[in-house]
Amino acid sequence: MRANRSLEIGTGLFVLLGLAALLFLSMQLPANGLKFSFSKPVGYDVTAQFDNIGSLKVGAPVRMAGVRIGQVTRIDFDTNTERAKVWLLISPHFNQIPMDSSASIDTEGLLGGQYISISPGGMPTYLKAGSEIIQTQSALVLENLINKFFANFASKKGSKSSSGGAKEQK
Amino acid sequence: MSAASKAGVIEAVRKTGEAGLFFVRLLGACIPALARPKLIIAQIYNAGARSLIIIMLSGLFTGMVLGLQGYELLNRFGATEALGTAAALALLKELGPVLTALLFAGRAGTALTSEIGLMRATDQLTAMEVMAVDPLRYVAAPRFLGGLIAMPLLTAIFNVIGLFGAQLIGVQMLGVDHGTFWSQTQSAVALKDVTEGIVKSVVFGAVVSLIAVNEGYHADPTAEGVGLATTRTVVASSVMTLLLDYVLTAAFM
Repeated sequence: MRANRSLEIGTGLFVLLGLAALLFLSMQLPANGLKFSFSKPVGYDVTAQFDNIGSLKVGAPVRMAGVRIGQVTRIDFDTNTERAKVWLLISPHFNQIPMDSSASIDTEGLLGGQYISISPGGMPTYLKAGSEIIQTQSALVLENLINKFFANFASKKGSKSSSGGAKEQK
Repeated sequence: MSAASKAGVIEAVRKTGEAGLFFVRLLGACIPALARPKLIIAQIYNAGARSLIIIMLSGLFTGMVLGLQGYELLNRFGATEALGTAAALALLKELGPVLTALLFAGRAGTALTSEIGLMRATDQLTAMEVMAVDPLRYVAAPRFLGGLIAMPLLTAIFNVIGLFGAQLIGVQMLGVDHGTFWSQTQSAVALKDVTEGIVKSVVFGAVVSLIAVNEGYHADPTAEGVGLATTRTVVASSVMTLLLDYVLTAAFM
């Protein structure tokens, strides 16, 4: 009886562990799954509005001079300003970021994700919980950039071919 | 063709047919076997809970190697942020199910074969038949079902531990950003990838358990026969796992 009981407990633990792992894989991992955070990060919340956030995601790092100082905790759409509103959680020991600092969305490497880069301003007052970063720069959308480049290139080529015809004759 | 090789071919065909017929009879015995969950629980314990340590250790080191190798490779393209994605997809779709099946064949499959083979060698199975107790229902079916249930659970544990192993190396040791690691992983992994791995592990569980039980059941009732049957279990289930892995991957494309 005793051996049977420990066998059942062992099996039960194994099955529960397995089911927990399955649940984690199917709910936490996929993008459309239900999420909960494991530990609550500490810090103070700052908001910033962007015209276009590109493919910025919750959990993306916030960096200042390349050093990680916090992370994106929430992304929403502000219906009043028609812009994207991003909540940044800054670690508590980075508490001397000037009020007029600007935020921009940059890309890490060629295939990397996007992150928010903060360039410090010069004001003697500092960002605190609830304050907003006014100066922002949208994400560079690579497709738009390429489109612009090609449009530019085509127009340059067009103007060149009229005058460049003579050049080729030489 | 010489007579010996001809006999060999016929023997191989006969073995395949024997395994096929055994599988059908085993499936028939599975439903009445469900009426005795205690027997199945004991087998889940034997095949699953007792394989837990080897699965967790292997998962951890597989994940850590993925972290190192993935970082090394992605660093060449300046895309180390994709480390989580690479590790998660590799684990979920391939390494998790396949490595777990191979370890399962070595750890639990051999135990099943030698156990049933010894029962055959010591005439326990014959004694059951004499007492009008169906050994398929009381010996083979619970072991088959136990393996079938244990495999997907072991694979899931392997995957989770592996993922944390990759995270341990990638984030804690090599300095990939923690938030980026998980957010990139979450945005790249679809539920379909998770399902693919689970379907694979269920199929592998069924195949490995079937081979193990079949080899034990039809082992020569001698010490040598049981040993040979155990070897055949490992060889056949490893080859079948890798072969079916290709077929399933192609089917999921």
